[in-house]
Amino acid sequence: MQEQDVHMHVNGKLVSGKVESRTHLGDFLRQTAGLTGTHLGCEHGVCGACTVIVDGDAVRSCLMLAVQAENCKVTTIEGIAEEDGSLHPLQEAFRSNHALQCGFCTAGMITSLYAFLSENPVRSETEIREAISGNICRCTGYQGIVSAAMEAAEKLSKR
Amino acid sequence: MKASAFSYHKPNSLINALELLENEEDAKVLAGGQSLMPMLNMRFVQPETVIDVNGLEELASISFTENLEIGALTRQKTLAADPIIKQHLPIMREALTWVGHFQTQSRGTIGGSLCHLDPASELPMVALLYDAELQVASVSGTRLIPMQEWALAYMMPSIGPDELLTKIIIKPWQGAHGYGFQEFARRHGDFAIAAVGCLLKLDNNIITDIALSIGGVEDVPRRFSECEDRLRGMRYNIEEIKTDVLEPLDQINYLDDSLVTGTYRRRLLKGLLIRAIEQAALRV
Repeated sequence: MQEQDVHMHVNGKLVSGKVESRTHLGDFLRQTAGLTGTHLGCEHGVCGACTVIVDGDAVRSCLMLAVQAENCKVTTIEGIAEEDGSLHPLQEAFRSNHALQCGFCTAGMITSLYAFLSENPVRSETEIREAISGNICRCTGYQGIVSAAMEAAEKLSKR
Repeated sequence: MKASAFSYHKPNSLINALELLENEEDAKVLAGGQSLMPMLNMRFVQPETVIDVNGLEELASISFTENLEIGALTRQKTLAADPIIKQHLPIMREALTWVGHFQTQSRGTIGGSLCHLDPASELPMVALLYDAELQVASVSGTRLIPMQEWALAYMMPSIGPDELLTKIIIKPWQGAHGYGFQEFARRHGDFAIAAVGCLLKLDNNIITDIALSIGGVEDVPRRFSECEDRLRGMRYNIEEIKTDVLEPLDQINYLDDSLVTGTYRRRLLKGLLIRAIEQAALRV
Protein backbone atom coordinates (compact mmCIF):
# COMPACT_ATOMS: atom_id res chain seq x y z
CA MET A 1 0.00 0.00 0.00
CA GLN A 2 1.26 3.39 -0.96
CA GLU A 3 1.28 5.72 2.04
CA GLN A 4 1.93 9.39 2.00
CA ASP A 5 2.65 12.05 4.58
CA VAL A 6 0.00 14.69 4.85
CA HIS A 7 -0.12 17.90 6.87
CA MET A 8 -3.01 20.31 7.29
CA HIS A 9 -4.25 22.94 9.71
CA VAL A 10 -7.41 21.67 11.31
CA ASN A 11 -9.27 24.18 13.48
CA GLY A 12 -6.05 26.14 13.82
CA LYS A 13 -3.84 23.22 14.81
CA LEU A 14 -1.31 21.48 12.60
CA VAL A 15 -2.27 17.85 12.08
CA SER A 16 0.11 15.45 10.36
CA GLY A 17 -0.33 11.84 9.51
CA LYS A 18 0.43 9.04 7.13
CA VAL A 19 -2.43 7.98 4.91
CA GLU A 20 -3.06 5.79 1.94
CA SER A 21 -3.69 7.90 -1.13
CA ARG A 22 -7.25 6.54 -1.32
CA THR A 23 -8.17 7.86 2.16
CA HIS A 24 -10.69 10.65 1.86
CA LEU A 25 -10.57 13.77 3.98
CA GLY A 26 -13.52 12.70 6.13
CA ASP A 27 -11.80 9.49 7.20
CA PHE A 28 -8.57 11.39 7.85
CA LEU A 29 -10.38 13.85 10.12
CA ARG A 30 -12.14 11.11 12.04
CA GLN A 31 -9.41 8.50 12.25
CA THR A 32 -6.13 10.39 12.17
CA ALA A 33 -7.11 13.76 13.62
CA GLY A 34 -9.55 12.07 16.03
CA LEU A 35 -12.28 14.59 15.27
CA THR A 36 -15.38 12.44 15.11
CA GLY A 37 -17.80 15.37 14.94
CA THR A 38 -17.64 15.11 11.15
CA HIS A 39 -20.16 12.43 10.24
CA LEU A 40 -19.94 10.18 7.22
CA GLY A 41 -23.32 9.25 5.85
CA CYS A 42 -23.54 8.24 2.21
CA GLU A 43 -19.90 8.73 1.18
CA HIS A 44 -20.90 9.68 -2.32
CA GLY A 45 -21.68 13.34 -1.93
CA VAL A 46 -25.45 13.20 -1.55
CA CYS A 47 -26.25 13.52 2.16
CA GLY A 48 -24.04 16.46 3.12
CA ALA A 49 -23.35 15.16 6.64
CA CYS A 50 -19.57 15.20 6.12
CA THR A 51 -19.38 18.85 5.02
CA VAL A 52 -16.30 20.70 6.29
CA ILE A 53 -14.74 24.02 5.35
CA VAL A 54 -11.52 23.91 3.33
CA ASP A 55 -9.77 27.23 2.72
CA GLY A 56 -13.07 29.06 3.22
CA ASP A 57 -15.21 26.84 1.00
CA ALA A 58 -17.76 24.31 2.22
CA VAL A 59 -16.85 20.95 0.67
CA ARG A 60 -17.90 17.35 0.99
CA SER A 61 -15.07 15.71 2.93
CA CYS A 62 -15.95 12.35 1.37
CA LEU A 63 -15.31 13.77 -2.10
CA MET A 64 -11.82 15.06 -1.46
CA LEU A 65 -8.75 12.96 -0.80
CA ALA A 66 -6.85 13.66 2.39
CA VAL A 67 -3.69 14.16 0.33
CA GLN A 68 -5.48 16.89 -1.62
CA ALA A 69 -5.88 18.90 1.57
CA GLU A 70 -2.10 19.13 2.03
CA ASN A 71 -1.32 22.54 3.59
CA CYS A 72 -4.99 23.54 3.59
CA LYS A 73 -6.89 25.22 6.40
CA VAL A 74 -9.72 22.94 7.45
CA THR A 75 -12.56 23.87 9.80
CA THR A 76 -14.75 21.11 11.22
CA ILE A 77 -17.74 21.30 13.56
CA GLU A 78 -15.27 21.19 16.46
CA GLY A 79 -13.84 24.51 15.26
CA ILE A 80 -17.10 26.45 14.99
CA ALA A 81 -17.53 27.56 18.63
CA GLU A 82 -15.81 30.73 19.81
CA GLU A 83 -12.31 30.47 21.20
CA ASP A 84 -13.53 30.85 24.80
CA GLY A 85 -15.77 27.83 24.29
CA SER A 86 -19.03 29.79 24.02
CA LEU A 87 -21.34 28.68 21.26
CA HIS A 88 -21.39 30.29 17.84
CA PRO A 89 -24.70 32.04 17.02
CA LEU A 90 -25.57 29.17 14.67
CA GLN A 91 -25.07 26.63 17.43
CA GLU A 92 -27.05 28.77 19.87
CA ALA A 93 -29.88 29.09 17.38
CA PHE A 94 -29.89 25.36 16.64
CA ARG A 95 -30.31 24.73 20.36
CA SER A 96 -33.01 27.28 20.96
CA ASN A 97 -35.01 26.33 17.85
CA HIS A 98 -34.85 22.58 18.47
CA ALA A 99 -33.09 22.23 15.14
CA LEU A 100 -31.57 18.88 15.97
CA GLN A 101 -32.84 15.59 17.21
CA CYS A 102 -30.48 12.68 16.52
CA GLY A 103 -27.73 15.08 15.51
CA PHE A 104 -26.34 13.06 12.64
CA CYS A 105 -26.86 15.74 10.00
CA THR A 106 -26.16 18.65 12.35
CA ALA A 107 -22.42 18.95 11.82
CA GLY A 108 -22.91 19.19 8.07
CA MET A 109 -25.83 21.58 8.42
CA ILE A 110 -23.83 23.92 10.64
CA THR A 111 -20.60 23.84 8.63
CA SER A 112 -22.60 24.43 5.43
CA LEU A 113 -24.51 27.34 6.92
CA TYR A 114 -21.37 28.73 8.55
CA ALA A 115 -19.63 28.93 5.15
CA PHE A 116 -22.78 30.17 3.43
CA LEU A 117 -23.44 32.95 5.94
CA SER A 118 -19.75 33.91 6.11
CA GLU A 119 -19.94 34.94 2.45
CA ASN A 120 -23.01 37.04 3.11
CA PRO A 121 -25.14 36.89 6.27
CA VAL A 122 -28.07 38.73 4.69
CA ARG A 123 -30.09 35.86 3.26
CA SER A 124 -33.71 35.17 2.48
CA GLU A 125 -35.47 32.04 3.65
CA THR A 126 -35.48 30.74 0.06
CA GLU A 127 -31.72 31.18 -0.17
CA ILE A 128 -31.24 29.38 3.12
CA ARG A 129 -33.45 26.51 2.01
CA GLU A 130 -31.43 26.26 -1.21
CA ALA A 131 -28.17 26.37 0.73
CA ILE A 132 -29.12 23.34 2.79
CA SER A 133 -30.80 21.52 -0.09
CA GLY A 134 -27.66 19.39 -0.24
CA ASN A 135 -27.95 18.36 3.42
CA ILE A 136 -30.38 15.60 4.25
CA CYS A 137 -32.09 15.41 7.66
CA ARG A 138 -34.12 12.28 8.30
CA CYS A 139 -35.62 12.99 11.71
CA THR A 140 -36.00 16.57 12.94
CA GLY A 141 -37.47 17.99 9.77
CA TYR A 142 -36.25 21.14 8.17
CA GLN A 143 -38.54 23.73 9.75
CA GLY A 144 -36.54 24.11 12.95
CA ILE A 145 -33.28 24.10 11.02
CA VAL A 146 -34.47 26.88 8.72
CA SER A 147 -35.74 28.93 11.69
CA ALA A 148 -32.40 28.49 13.43
CA ALA A 149 -30.50 29.52 10.33
CA MET A 150 -32.68 32.62 9.92
CA GLU A 151 -32.17 33.60 13.55
CA ALA A 152 -28.41 33.10 13.32
CA ALA A 153 -28.23 35.01 10.03
CA GLU A 154 -30.00 37.93 11.67
CA LYS A 155 -27.50 37.93 14.56
CA LEU A 156 -24.50 37.53 12.30
CA SER A 157 -25.56 40.38 10.02
CA LYS A 158 -25.44 42.72 13.05
CA ARG A 159 -21.91 41.75 14.01
CA MET B 1 -18.03 2.68 0.35
CA LYS B 2 -14.27 3.04 0.39
CA ALA B 3 -12.20 3.44 -2.76
CA SER B 4 -9.94 0.58 -3.75
CA ALA B 5 -6.21 1.29 -3.55
CA PHE B 6 -4.58 3.32 -6.30
CA SER B 7 -1.32 5.12 -6.81
CA TYR B 8 -1.64 8.89 -6.70
CA HIS B 9 0.22 11.42 -8.80
CA LYS B 10 -0.03 15.17 -8.66
CA PRO B 11 1.72 16.62 -11.70
CA ASN B 12 2.92 20.22 -11.43
CA SER B 13 2.90 21.00 -15.14
CA LEU B 14 0.69 20.16 -18.11
CA ILE B 15 3.45 18.25 -19.90
CA ASN B 16 4.09 16.27 -16.74
CA ALA B 17 0.38 15.39 -16.58
CA LEU B 18 0.31 14.37 -20.25
CA GLU B 19 3.40 12.17 -19.82
CA LEU B 20 1.72 10.43 -16.91
CA LEU B 21 -1.42 9.88 -19.00
CA GLU B 22 0.75 8.47 -21.79
CA ASN B 23 2.76 6.16 -19.55
CA GLU B 24 0.41 5.03 -16.81
CA GLU B 25 -1.89 2.13 -17.52
CA ASP B 26 -5.50 2.42 -16.38
CA ALA B 27 -5.29 5.99 -15.12
CA LYS B 28 -8.16 8.31 -14.21
CA VAL B 29 -7.89 12.10 -14.12
CA LEU B 30 -9.06 13.67 -10.87
CA ALA B 31 -10.20 17.30 -11.21
CA GLY B 32 -12.95 18.58 -8.88
CA GLY B 33 -13.76 15.02 -7.83
CA GLN B 34 -17.50 15.58 -7.52
CA SER B 35 -18.24 12.71 -9.89
CA LEU B 36 -15.05 10.63 -9.83
CA MET B 37 -14.83 10.47 -6.03
CA PRO B 38 -18.34 8.97 -5.63
CA MET B 39 -17.52 6.48 -8.36
CA LEU B 40 -14.26 5.58 -6.61
CA ASN B 41 -15.97 5.29 -3.22
CA MET B 42 -18.65 3.02 -4.65
CA ARG B 43 -15.99 1.11 -6.61
CA PHE B 44 -17.77 1.68 -9.90
CA VAL B 45 -14.26 2.52 -11.05
CA GLN B 46 -11.10 0.96 -9.66
CA PRO B 47 -8.22 2.58 -11.51
CA GLU B 48 -4.59 1.64 -10.91
CA THR B 49 -3.60 5.28 -10.97
CA VAL B 50 -5.22 8.60 -10.18
CA ILE B 51 -3.71 11.71 -11.73
CA ASP B 52 -4.72 14.79 -9.75
CA VAL B 53 -4.69 17.82 -12.08
CA ASN B 54 -5.60 20.36 -9.40
CA GLY B 55 -2.07 21.74 -9.43
CA LEU B 56 -2.32 22.86 -13.06
CA GLU B 57 -3.30 26.47 -12.49
CA GLU B 58 -2.80 27.29 -16.18
CA LEU B 59 -5.99 25.32 -16.83
CA ALA B 60 -8.09 27.47 -14.50
CA SER B 61 -8.45 30.72 -16.40
CA ILE B 62 -11.27 32.51 -18.19
CA SER B 63 -10.48 34.90 -21.03
CA PHE B 64 -12.31 36.66 -23.81
CA THR B 65 -10.71 38.03 -26.95
CA GLU B 66 -12.40 36.82 -30.12
CA ASN B 67 -13.93 33.84 -28.39
CA LEU B 68 -14.61 32.95 -24.82
CA GLU B 69 -11.97 30.54 -23.60
CA ILE B 70 -12.60 28.68 -20.38
CA GLY B 71 -9.87 26.55 -18.83
CA ALA B 72 -11.10 23.04 -18.08
CA LEU B 73 -10.13 23.28 -14.42
CA THR B 74 -12.29 26.38 -13.82
CA ARG B 75 -14.50 25.63 -10.85
CA GLN B 76 -18.27 25.95 -11.09
CA LYS B 77 -18.19 28.43 -8.23
CA THR B 78 -15.76 30.61 -10.20
CA LEU B 79 -17.88 30.41 -13.36
CA ALA B 80 -20.95 31.54 -11.43
CA ALA B 81 -19.18 34.65 -10.11
CA ASP B 82 -16.98 35.58 -13.06
CA PRO B 83 -17.68 38.99 -14.68
CA ILE B 84 -16.65 37.81 -18.18
CA ILE B 85 -19.14 34.94 -18.00
CA LYS B 86 -21.77 37.32 -16.64
CA GLN B 87 -21.30 39.63 -19.60
CA HIS B 88 -20.85 37.18 -22.46
CA LEU B 89 -22.51 33.95 -21.34
CA PRO B 90 -25.34 34.76 -18.92
CA ILE B 91 -27.06 31.44 -19.70
CA MET B 92 -24.11 29.67 -18.09
CA ARG B 93 -24.85 31.41 -14.79
CA GLU B 94 -28.47 30.45 -15.06
CA ALA B 95 -27.63 26.82 -15.85
CA LEU B 96 -25.25 26.74 -12.88
CA THR B 97 -28.08 27.50 -10.47
CA TRP B 98 -29.22 23.95 -11.24
CA VAL B 99 -25.80 22.28 -10.90
CA GLY B 100 -25.52 20.37 -7.62
CA HIS B 101 -25.17 22.37 -4.42
CA PHE B 102 -22.85 25.19 -3.36
CA GLN B 103 -20.78 22.63 -1.46
CA THR B 104 -20.15 20.69 -4.68
CA GLN B 105 -19.76 23.79 -6.86
CA SER B 106 -16.85 24.89 -4.70
CA ARG B 107 -14.81 22.01 -6.14
CA GLY B 108 -16.61 20.82 -9.28
CA THR B 109 -15.05 21.95 -12.58
CA ILE B 110 -16.46 22.62 -16.06
CA GLY B 111 -14.01 20.13 -17.57
CA GLY B 112 -15.13 17.49 -15.09
CA SER B 113 -18.80 18.03 -15.99
CA LEU B 114 -17.98 17.68 -19.69
CA CYS B 115 -15.83 14.57 -19.28
CA HIS B 116 -18.17 12.81 -16.86
CA LEU B 117 -21.02 13.56 -19.30
CA ASP B 118 -23.95 12.65 -17.13
CA PRO B 119 -27.13 12.52 -19.26
CA ALA B 120 -28.68 15.20 -17.03
CA SER B 121 -25.65 17.46 -16.87
CA GLU B 122 -26.29 21.16 -17.48
CA LEU B 123 -22.87 22.46 -18.55
CA PRO B 124 -22.64 20.18 -21.62
CA MET B 125 -26.08 21.52 -22.57
CA VAL B 126 -24.71 25.06 -22.54
CA ALA B 127 -21.64 24.02 -24.57
CA LEU B 128 -23.96 22.33 -27.08
CA LEU B 129 -26.03 25.49 -27.60
CA TYR B 130 -22.95 27.38 -28.78
CA ASP B 131 -21.35 24.53 -30.77
CA ALA B 132 -18.38 24.90 -28.45
CA GLU B 133 -15.03 23.43 -29.37
CA LEU B 134 -13.16 21.38 -26.81
CA GLN B 135 -9.39 21.44 -26.84
CA VAL B 136 -7.77 18.21 -25.72
CA ALA B 137 -4.05 17.69 -25.30
CA SER B 138 -1.76 14.68 -25.30
CA VAL B 139 2.02 14.31 -25.58
CA SER B 140 1.64 14.32 -29.36
CA GLY B 141 -0.12 17.71 -29.44
CA THR B 142 -3.55 19.24 -29.18
CA ARG B 143 -6.74 18.80 -31.19
CA LEU B 144 -10.15 20.44 -31.20
CA ILE B 145 -13.30 18.36 -30.84
CA PRO B 146 -16.60 19.96 -31.87
CA MET B 147 -19.17 19.66 -29.10
CA GLN B 148 -21.57 17.94 -31.52
CA GLU B 149 -19.05 15.07 -31.73
CA TRP B 150 -18.16 15.02 -28.04
CA ALA B 151 -20.72 12.51 -26.78
CA LEU B 152 -20.19 9.02 -28.21
CA ALA B 153 -22.58 7.17 -25.93
CA TYR B 154 -23.89 7.14 -22.36
CA MET B 155 -21.25 8.89 -20.22
CA MET B 156 -18.63 8.34 -22.90
CA PRO B 157 -16.94 11.42 -24.35
CA SER B 158 -14.76 11.12 -27.46
CA ILE B 159 -11.53 11.73 -25.59
CA GLY B 160 -8.65 9.26 -25.74
CA PRO B 161 -7.23 7.57 -22.62
CA ASP B 162 -3.98 9.52 -23.06
CA GLU B 163 -5.71 12.87 -23.58
CA LEU B 164 -6.65 15.65 -21.18
CA LEU B 165 -9.39 18.22 -21.76
CA THR B 166 -7.69 21.59 -21.43
CA LYS B 167 -9.98 24.29 -22.74
CA ILE B 168 -13.55 25.01 -23.79
CA ILE B 169 -13.86 27.53 -26.62
CA ILE B 170 -17.20 29.25 -27.02
CA LYS B 171 -18.23 31.79 -29.65
CA PRO B 172 -21.06 33.86 -28.14
CA TRP B 173 -23.91 34.77 -30.47
CA GLN B 174 -23.66 38.19 -32.06
CA GLY B 175 -26.51 40.69 -32.15
CA ALA B 176 -29.68 40.82 -30.10
CA HIS B 177 -30.83 37.45 -28.85
CA GLY B 178 -32.46 35.92 -25.82
CA TYR B 179 -31.68 32.90 -23.69
CA GLY B 180 -33.65 30.57 -21.50
CA PHE B 181 -32.82 27.65 -19.26
CA GLN B 182 -35.44 25.49 -17.59
CA GLU B 183 -35.14 22.35 -15.55
CA PHE B 184 -37.14 20.09 -13.29
CA ALA B 185 -35.64 18.02 -10.49
CA ARG B 186 -37.28 16.51 -7.43
CA ARG B 187 -35.10 18.51 -5.06
CA HIS B 188 -32.99 21.62 -5.66
CA GLY B 189 -29.63 20.45 -6.97
CA ASP B 190 -30.67 16.91 -7.86
CA PHE B 191 -30.08 15.47 -11.30
CA ALA B 192 -32.53 16.84 -13.85
CA ILE B 193 -35.47 14.68 -14.81
CA ALA B 194 -35.64 16.97 -17.83
CA ALA B 195 -33.87 20.20 -18.76
CA VAL B 196 -33.91 22.57 -21.75
CA GLY B 197 -31.55 25.31 -22.87
CA CYS B 198 -32.55 27.82 -25.53
CA LEU B 199 -30.95 30.63 -27.53
CA LEU B 200 -33.26 32.65 -29.73
CA LYS B 201 -33.01 35.42 -32.33
CA LEU B 202 -36.12 37.27 -33.45
CA ASP B 203 -36.41 39.73 -36.29
CA ASN B 204 -39.81 41.37 -36.75
CA ASN B 205 -41.28 38.49 -34.77
CA ILE B 206 -39.72 35.92 -37.12
CA ILE B 207 -37.49 33.26 -35.53
CA THR B 208 -34.32 33.92 -37.49
CA ASP B 209 -32.20 31.57 -35.40
CA ILE B 210 -32.80 29.16 -32.57
CA ALA B 211 -30.64 26.68 -30.65
CA LEU B 212 -32.17 24.16 -28.28
CA SER B 213 -30.43 21.61 -26.08
CA ILE B 214 -32.06 18.92 -24.00
CA GLY B 215 -30.78 16.99 -20.99
CA GLY B 216 -32.00 14.26 -18.69
CA VAL B 217 -34.28 12.68 -21.27
CA GLU B 218 -31.90 10.57 -23.37
CA ASP B 219 -28.59 8.71 -22.83
CA VAL B 220 -26.66 11.87 -23.58
CA PRO B 221 -27.46 15.58 -23.54
CA ARG B 222 -27.85 16.80 -27.12
CA ARG B 223 -29.08 19.50 -29.47
CA PHE B 224 -32.76 19.22 -30.26
CA SER B 225 -32.21 19.89 -33.97
CA GLU B 226 -35.48 18.29 -35.11
CA CYS B 227 -37.29 21.00 -33.20
CA GLU B 228 -34.92 23.82 -34.19
CA ASP B 229 -35.37 23.01 -37.89
CA ARG B 230 -39.10 23.14 -37.52
CA LEU B 231 -39.14 26.50 -35.74
CA ARG B 232 -36.43 28.34 -37.66
CA GLY B 233 -37.97 30.83 -40.09
CA MET B 234 -41.38 30.62 -38.45
CA ARG B 235 -43.34 33.47 -36.98
CA TYR B 236 -43.00 33.61 -33.20
CA ASN B 237 -46.34 32.62 -31.77
CA ILE B 238 -46.18 30.60 -28.60
CA GLU B 239 -49.57 28.96 -29.17
CA GLU B 240 -48.47 27.71 -32.58
CA ILE B 241 -45.13 26.60 -31.17
CA LYS B 242 -46.96 24.44 -28.64
CA THR B 243 -48.32 22.42 -31.58
CA ASP B 244 -45.15 22.57 -33.65
CA VAL B 245 -43.03 20.91 -30.95
CA LEU B 246 -45.28 17.85 -30.65
CA GLU B 247 -43.85 15.89 -33.55
CA PRO B 248 -40.18 16.50 -32.62
CA LEU B 249 -41.04 15.51 -29.03
CA ASP B 250 -42.21 12.13 -30.34
CA GLN B 251 -38.86 11.48 -31.99
CA ILE B 252 -36.99 11.38 -28.67
CA ASN B 253 -35.86 8.06 -27.29
CA TYR B 254 -36.86 8.82 -23.70
CA LEU B 255 -35.07 7.30 -20.72
CA ASP B 256 -37.62 5.14 -18.96
CA ASP B 257 -37.07 3.60 -15.55
CA SER B 258 -39.00 2.50 -12.51
CA LEU B 259 -38.73 5.93 -10.86
CA VAL B 260 -39.38 8.17 -13.83
CA THR B 261 -41.26 6.92 -16.85
CA GLY B 262 -40.61 8.05 -20.39
CA THR B 263 -44.16 9.37 -20.64
CA TYR B 264 -43.59 11.61 -17.64
CA ARG B 265 -40.27 12.83 -19.06
CA ARG B 266 -42.02 13.70 -22.33
CA ARG B 267 -44.70 15.70 -20.52
CA LEU B 268 -42.09 17.56 -18.50
CA LEU B 269 -39.90 18.20 -21.49
CA LYS B 270 -42.77 19.71 -23.43
CA GLY B 271 -43.59 22.15 -20.65
CA LEU B 272 -39.96 23.08 -20.07
CA LEU B 273 -39.36 23.53 -23.79
CA ILE B 274 -42.20 26.02 -24.10
CA ARG B 275 -41.10 27.86 -20.97
CA ALA B 276 -37.47 28.07 -22.16
CA ILE B 277 -38.52 29.43 -25.56
CA GLU B 278 -40.88 31.97 -23.93
CA GLN B 279 -38.18 32.99 -21.45
CA ALA B 280 -35.70 33.48 -24.31
CA ALA B 281 -38.23 35.48 -26.34
CA LEU B 282 -38.82 37.83 -23.42
CA ARG B 283 -35.11 38.51 -23.20
CA VAL B 284 -34.46 39.24 -26.89
